[in-house]
Amino acid sequence: MKSSNLLWKEKLAGKVPENLAREIDGYETDIALRKQGKMDERVFAETRLRRGTYGQRYDNGQRYDGARFQEMLYPSGDLTKGPNTMWDAPGMQRIKIPGGGLNADQLETMAELAEEYSDDIAHITTRQDFQLHYIHIDDTPTLMRRLAAAGITTREACGNSVRNVTACPYAGVCQDEVFDVTPYSRALSKFLLGHPDCQNFGRKFKPAFSGCAQHACGLTSLHDIGFIAVTRTENGVEQRGFQTFVGGGLGAVPYMAKLFDDFVPVEEILPLTQSVARVFARLGEKKNRSRARIKFLVQDLGIEKFRELVLEERKTLTYDPRWTDFVDAAEKFTEAPLKPGGETPGSASDGFARWVSTNTRPQKQAGYVTVTVALPLGDITANQLRALADIVRRFTKETIRTTVEQNFAIRWVSKSDLPEMYRELEVAGLGDAGAGAIVDIVTCPGTDTCKLGISSSRGLAGELHKRLAEKSFELDESVQRLHIKISGCFNSCGQHHVADLGFYGVSRKVGGFAVPHFQVVLGGEWEHNGGSYGLPVAAIPSKNIPQVVTRLTERYVNGRTNGETFKDFVKRTGKMELKKALEDLAKPPADPNDRSFYSDWGDPREYTLGDMGVGECAGEVVSSVDFDLAAAEREVFDAQVALEEGQVEKAGKTAYQSMVHAAKALVKINHQGISDDANEIVGEFRTRFYDTQKFWDPFAGGKFANYLFDAHQKADQAYTADSSRYLIDEAQLFIDAAHSCYNKMGTAVSA
Amino acid sequence: MSSPLQLQHVNVKLLASDPASVDLELLIPIFHGWIRDRVFEELLLDVADYQHVPEGPGVMVIGHEGNYSVDNTDGRLGVRYNRKAALDGTNQNRLNQAARAALTAFQRLEGEPTLNGTLRFDGRQIELFVNDRARAPNHDATRVAAQPELHAFFAKLFQGADYALSHVTEPRRLFGVRVKTSKPFTVAQLLGNLGN
Repeated sequence: MKSSNLLWKEKLAGKVPENLAREIDGYETDIALRKQGKMDERVFAETRLRRGTYGQRYDNGQRYDGARFQEMLYPSGDLTKGPNTMWDAPGMQRIKIPGGGLNADQLETMAELAEEYSDDIAHITTRQDFQLHYIHIDDTPTLMRRLAAAGITTREACGNSVRNVTACPYAGVCQDEVFDVTPYSRALSKFLLGHPDCQNFGRKFKPAFSGCAQHACGLTSLHDIGFIAVTRTENGVEQRGFQTFVGGGLGAVPYMAKLFDDFVPVEEILPLTQSVARVFARLGEKKNRSRARIKFLVQDLGIEKFRELVLEERKTLTYDPRWTDFVDAAEKFTEAPLKPGGETPGSASDGFARWVSTNTRPQKQAGYVTVTVALPLGDITANQLRALADIVRRFTKETIRTTVEQNFAIRWVSKSDLPEMYRELEVAGLGDAGAGAIVDIVTCPGTDTCKLGISSSRGLAGELHKRLAEKSFELDESVQRLHIKISGCFNSCGQHHVADLGFYGVSRKVGGFAVPHFQVVLGGEWEHNGGSYGLPVAAIPSKNIPQVVTRLTERYVNGRTNGETFKDFVKRTGKMELKKALEDLAKPPADPNDRSFYSDWGDPREYTLGDMGVGECAGEVVSSVDFDLAAAEREVFDAQVALEEGQVEKAGKTAYQSMVHAAKALVKINHQGISDDANEIVGEFRTRFYDTQKFWDPFAGGKFANYLFDAHQKADQAYTADSSRYLIDEAQLFIDAAHSCYNKMGTAVSA
Repeated sequence: MSSPLQLQHVNVKLLASDPASVDLELLIPIFHGWIRDRVFEELLLDVADYQHVPEGPGVMVIGHEGNYSVDNTDGRLGVRYNRKAALDGTNQNRLNQAARAALTAFQRLEGEPTLNGTLRFDGRQIELFVNDRARAPNHDATRVAAQPELHAFFAKLFQGADYALSHVTEPRRLFGVRVKTSKPFTVAQLLGNLGN
């Protein structure tokens, strides 16, 4: 830990807003109490999480070194900062940036913190937050004080709370928006921060704002509550309001948000959200985390009943002046440019022209553009942050925002300043073209730092970025516009469901060895606020994913009809056909001496070698479990095809059957005589794998087994399009979990 | 020597002679090996790869007491040690510790067969900075206060050989110096000069 933490406390006295200072002091006391053993580790864990202080990979004090697990002997010994989380183990600090809005001083503060407490890198997330990694818990109060002095809080950046309120980074300057959502998102963020009605959720709650329905920038479809700007005219007067959606969310099984109301007047968005929060807090699941997001409550109640309950709740609220205090000012809210508008000078270099074509976006205000600064993997150094602060001061009134594509958007740039700004960005290493294009890959931290990571999403993203950047502008224009998004596991932090080409990490056992894989997810839509979710097509070894990208994009270029989007191309071609096209890539090399597939991108350690069975040799042992799980995967794929063809009932039934067959594959390991009766299979599975916790995921617990139990319980009910769709996702996750369970058992059963 | 200025969290970076020949990718398995084989007394935890960031921290091995990296900040490639944990003792002890850690790491990398001799100390250029703005803000007062400590340290490290010292004066940057010696040294010589 830093030796200067006390110095900072003295230095910043009086410079931190009183409420935040008091709260950080309290947190510091909690740290002291925990160190003295006077605070329970679980309570302390929630305390730090609500301040955005997360655990990080290997914080249980063990690390696999490619040959064996090694214990990491920290100086603080057995002291923990949460269950199974060692005190001294480095962690991650998430920092909320409402609507992504920052100023130059805040960029400089972020630079200082990245340098002094982290590893010189600040990372932008898919929800417009910052994350700093490798932070020592003892440094977190100082870090929070320095942020608070700069006007930033980490409060409720994690935990079961209202997370960062995100908003379209082009709000106020977008040519297509209905109106500027900035002041409304800020008002909601301020209102909900620490609100007493938001302190008793079973899980997190994520709001988002968008200025239009057609673009992706707000991603309202995948949020717990989403607001899209709309207007209506009554008695000749135009009124501002929001089309309001609830119950969206990605996670393991993605849910599309449901329309709550076509028009909620701006005066009502705060009390309405408060009412939603109260219903969620009262009726939302608390014990079973895997069913605790509001999307499950909305699904279980139905949107009509949910709406009814919220509107009832609304009637019970006592008037709060904050609901409307901001409204008049919001209507007048505007940002101003620093420089007069202009025109882009002609006769520039090819590099500049490319950058202008991909990284600038005309504003509705003539003479101005918004410049996107593309960050590889969302990473930026301390020196780059300072350079960016200089640039936004020189060319704008510090109008810069983070984006959900892990980039920066600099607003109000006079077109005449573009050559000079480009030059300065290039000097800072921030002048890469290709923003929002195929080369601008979105990824979560994955196995680099996340405890939940299964495969190396950043490693894969880095490799794809390198390969695509080399030939980016030689690619067909239709391919350049595609979106690649990667998650290290099923939890979807990389938003793979709304990509043209999405990937999420899974593991598979091949010849007795664990091999890192990615599920290929096709058919998602980024536009229309994340308009539709893709579905898995095939699990492919990590090292073959670059070939998957090449093959699918080439096929798209050669096979697309005029103007056809990738999503439509996938739909027309059919998943069966696309799966077939990838079939040869689904297998690692036959040569058992080729070990390259048994480690992940950017990590030379042999992947989960500790799971290897004694005496097994790659390519020699194929178990009946492998065969049975492969058959179950084929079934879930058939279910997808059926759903695409509109055969809803068949899709649901097939997905359910695939789960039963996967469960049977595991049961058969020690009970060869198991019958085909679903009741017996599910019962035996429960006894042998659920009750014993053999099937449990280290972090998700019994979540995936519960998918089977729920599906079995509802097997006689009719399926709807929605329920079939969810069941297919759940079946795929159940089968992935069956593979993991089998890997962990380390026992290959000969055919 | 006593000083009101406490130089904690010292960073030392030794510049490489031929940066263009260094393939940072090769550092990843080497650093994983350092963790696996516990090559230092310090607790090493993880490897972080930032090759994709221009003029960034390169490839790092994250430790509890300090980080080691082949760092390319400012486009100046070198082996860097970043002391994270506070150290008791004098400023000379702390400067000595960081320099020794950086030199030891470089010596190990110079002898690493998979690098095939591509990563070598340039013999003359060292950067030293203090990663703590509360203790060492980058302004004139710090520069004046640190001068005697730095000269005492470099006199020992270079055994009286001439050197030129320049400050990074941009106030937002960490307080630090860039040093260039009049004659070249090997890593082993500098380690020897530090003594026990």
